[in-house]
Amino acid sequence: MIEHIEGAADAALVRVAAAATADEVRALEAELLGKRGPFAGFKSGLAGLATVDEKRSAGQAVNDATAAVAEGLDLRRRELAKAERATQLAAERIDLTEVMTRPRRGHAHVVTQAWERLEDVFIGLGFQIAEGQHVETDWYNFEALNMPRDHPARSMHDTFYVQHGEEGEPGSTVLRTHTSPVQIRVMQTVPPPIYMVMPGRVFRNETTDATHLAVFHQLEGLVIDRGITLADLAGTIESFTKAFFGADFGSRLRPSYFPFTEPSAEFDIQTPSGQWLELGGCGMVHPNVLRAGGLDPEEWSGFAFGFGIDRMAKERHAIADVREMYSNDLRFLEQF
Amino acid sequence: MKIVHSWLNELAPVGDDVEKIAATMTDLGLAVEDILHVGATVDGVITARVVRTERHPDAAKVHRVYVDAGDGRERHVWCGAFNMQAGDIVPLATPGTAMPDGRVIEPKPILGIQSDGMLCSARELGLGDDHAGIVILPGDTPLGVPYGEALGLATETVYDLDVTRNLPDCFGYLGVARQVAARLGVSVIQPDSRVVTTPGAPTRQATVELIDGDRCARFTSTVISGVRVTSSPDWIVRRLTAAGMRSINNVVDVSNYVMLELNQPNHAYDLDTLGGEGFRVRLASDGETMVTLDGVERRLTVDDLLICDANDVPIGIGGIMGGLDSEISDATTTIALEIAWFEPIGIARSATRLGLRSEASFRFDRGVDPQGMPLAIAKFAELLRLTCPELVVHDGMVDARSEHLPIAPLIDVRVHRVNALLGTSLTGAQMIKLIAGLGFAAAGEQTLSVSVPSWRPDCTAEVDIIEEVARQYGYGNVGKTVPKSAMHGRLSPVQARRRRIREVLLGLGLSEAMPNPFLADGDLVRAGIQGPAIRIINSLVAEESVLRTTLRPGLLKAIAFNESHRRANAGLFEIGHAYPPGDGELPGEYEELAVALAGRDAMAAMDVWREVAAAMGFGARVDQSKPPSGLHPTRSATLSLGRDTIGAVGEVHPDVLDAYGVDERVAVLELNLSVLLAIDEKVAVWKPTSRFPSSDLDLAFVTPDSVIAEKVEKAIKQAAGALLVELALFDVYRGAGVADGSRSLAYRLRLQALDRTLGDVELTDLRNKVITGVAKLGATLRG
Repeated sequence: MIEHIEGAADAALVRVAAAATADEVRALEAELLGKRGPFAGFKSGLAGLATVDEKRSAGQAVNDATAAVAEGLDLRRRELAKAERATQLAAERIDLTEVMTRPRRGHAHVVTQAWERLEDVFIGLGFQIAEGQHVETDWYNFEALNMPRDHPARSMHDTFYVQHGEEGEPGSTVLRTHTSPVQIRVMQTVPPPIYMVMPGRVFRNETTDATHLAVFHQLEGLVIDRGITLADLAGTIESFTKAFFGADFGSRLRPSYFPFTEPSAEFDIQTPSGQWLELGGCGMVHPNVLRAGGLDPEEWSGFAFGFGIDRMAKERHAIADVREMYSNDLRFLEQF
Repeated sequence: MKIVHSWLNELAPVGDDVEKIAATMTDLGLAVEDILHVGATVDGVITARVVRTERHPDAAKVHRVYVDAGDGRERHVWCGAFNMQAGDIVPLATPGTAMPDGRVIEPKPILGIQSDGMLCSARELGLGDDHAGIVILPGDTPLGVPYGEALGLATETVYDLDVTRNLPDCFGYLGVARQVAARLGVSVIQPDSRVVTTPGAPTRQATVELIDGDRCARFTSTVISGVRVTSSPDWIVRRLTAAGMRSINNVVDVSNYVMLELNQPNHAYDLDTLGGEGFRVRLASDGETMVTLDGVERRLTVDDLLICDANDVPIGIGGIMGGLDSEISDATTTIALEIAWFEPIGIARSATRLGLRSEASFRFDRGVDPQGMPLAIAKFAELLRLTCPELVVHDGMVDARSEHLPIAPLIDVRVHRVNALLGTSLTGAQMIKLIAGLGFAAAGEQTLSVSVPSWRPDCTAEVDIIEEVARQYGYGNVGKTVPKSAMHGRLSPVQARRRRIREVLLGLGLSEAMPNPFLADGDLVRAGIQGPAIRIINSLVAEESVLRTTLRPGLLKAIAFNESHRRANAGLFEIGHAYPPGDGELPGEYEELAVALAGRDAMAAMDVWREVAAAMGFGARVDQSKPPSGLHPTRSATLSLGRDTIGAVGEVHPDVLDAYGVDERVAVLELNLSVLLAIDEKVAVWKPTSRFPSSDLDLAFVTPDSVIAEKVEKAIKQAAGALLVELALFDVYRGAGVADGSRSLAYRLRLQALDRTLGDVELTDLRNKVITGVAKLGATLRG
């Protein structure tokens, strides 16, 4: 009997191995291991055997054969599933460079990008950020900044005057010509020590060209504390230069003139190749400006510095004409 | 300010290391913008004689000049200047010549006719600023030789300085010499300021009547006879040319030379034609006119100062420009020399109002030395005597002054204050030494008493002296220290939220525009926006004369621009200020966000709004009963917060799109960020998620059009209560099977409890509750 059992198992395994689909495996499983299957028959035939020993060994043979066939079925099922997945994967091949959709990422304006990079550098240097309005009084834009009416330096600022308030009193409301009015507003509202930068939009009534705009952006810094010195200004400019442009950049101050600072300076940065580039203006806050901000110049001293944001974007991206930056042309915007 | 090296060197022995001197100047705040080599011969430019000139019928702005460069060959050049005639000798730049400005002369044909080079102006040759005509060389100049050789030109090195207005004396060579000499530790050669009158000569006087002494606080007049008007010595011509001035004649040249060297503008009048042989200095009367030297008739006001002759006939605008008739002539033999001090602010006002800034006016406007007249008169006589050996300086100089003449102050300077502001540790003695070379005399130990020289009217306070100490000490020597910030570097909540909203918009695929905030008249009306706007009083162009009251017009223009450049479906946003008028000290300026989605409908704008609102925690009522002005009346809504309007959402009105030339639909979202960003952020509080299975319930309601979907959603939420964890509208259907005037709104409700699996009974109960709740709105379950 045992020979019959083993023979049936061998025959069954041959058929299992030949199964071509999962369905055939399932049908074979039902046929071979089902109630009408050969092994079920052998099992029921065990009762007719003579001795306990014969029964035991034949029963063992039936169990072994059933297990072997079940294992064979399982193996075949896995083989077929694997082959089927492989076929599926092969059939699913796509060419990933067949790109038909436009990129949908939005683009922050180049000026915003420069603006935020600058803010981030100054935040790292311990500065906070102050903002102000664009339409200002003559007092905040000029007088408080040591430029009383008739001050000759006002002619350095081509000012836009706007209609506001009483008729017949033109000239008292302006579009700010620099971010410096924010200095005064900060001094009036934030008790020192003050470590702040003031980015924002400014306006100059001049004809635009490739390097000049009537509407542009500046970033101004203001530090007011006890015992602030010109050396502190030079050191802060140096820190900013290295943080923003790179550790291999340097900076220098050279004397200049602004009504709202004294001593005043221009600051230049030096590129790693040794070239000097003029970047902005700075200086020690003029005592009259501190007074206008409500601070006692004998107790507090400070410095201020400022430069153009648009130019940072222009230089970084080698934009030939600043007017391009304000074309709102998607072909421009999407480049950055 | 152009500083000629040889001239500077004559005033102070600063040496000949041009690079070092330039670096020193820059470090002193006299920024060297350029170093020029004026007068250097240009290889390839040779002398040639004009043979004849000829007009071409088709060329209005140029003519044909035939020249002979000494080789007998007739060369033809096109020329845009007409100041030469046959026989004149002119500089000819031959083809291939590299001009000082970098241009290379090429045989460029005009009307198909070649040009064998170019005739040169003084400016083109780097000889000065004169570009009015071609240089005419002396008649005996040999032909075909390098022009520089023919002229015996010597090269002058010129520093082009940017002089700031707090160094008024540096608009004169002497001032620059003082600064540079002090830094280099050499001495300025002290000029002789004694006016030497000619012994034995009769006393002669040009009288001075100083009427408005507040505007002209000092007026000296000196009579000089024995003048013969002729040309100047070569070296004067060369220096003046190199300094950017044109040589006129010996008298005018000396006048300019004195102005440049001593920063002392002056004017020589012909005494024989000076009415009444004297001067009256008075304010003009309103509407009084006079013709200035440049030939322009000037209409004056009571704020302009006139120099008149003794008969009260105007002969010049004080400190700004002489009159046309005040010039000396070739016949002049006796002059009255005016050297005066004018009040700076008055000069600045007049010059600005008249649009007339002259070499004199910008010097007076910054402040000249009120004590510098004797030196200037002496220098004037000394130089003029070079060409007029018979020169007589008459006794009887008039020196009219008013009490308004400034007196140089004494300023107390605290040594500790200087060091505290600069971060230095200089002694008082070191400070005194630093500024002594500039003419500041000082004494003291803890506090220095500093006497300001009369040529430094900019110095009026302690801090001005501190700046001079720093300038001479060198900004580079104060060191670099970093103050320890007492603030915590960070963005304010508003700034952080502004960045977040920008990131959300970028993530939604929108790009950031920055349109011009200035609008043309009518831009707002075309955008359908009502109400007044602020005008710019002095705008340069009419297209930019109104301040925007909202960002919408700018974005519409940007959409139209992109559409016209084949970029339809632009999605743009701007975060910027708008400037509606207001009643306060300043207008009602506020910060706005505007989004414009071309080629999209109102629902796209709603999607952006919902995304932004969810990301930012904004909440607002979408009120379609009040369509904002300029937007589509049935496809837009006002966004309200309490009683305040905080924005608008929807589509732009087709009339507005037509007016802006936009073909696509444009969806917009506008938000008042000044309000929204200022609202304290609600921090999200954790809600537990359930571990039990959820059940979905799909319900479609036939809803009258008059009932907005938002209300149906609210009713569903109210009826389902806390078990409703998600609600989504997944289909809107109008048409067969649904009555006219209604639509079917299909919602999927996801229901889930935190503590159990929901059973069938409970779900059926909920379903019925929802149906009943929604039915109250007049909506029925679609069968």
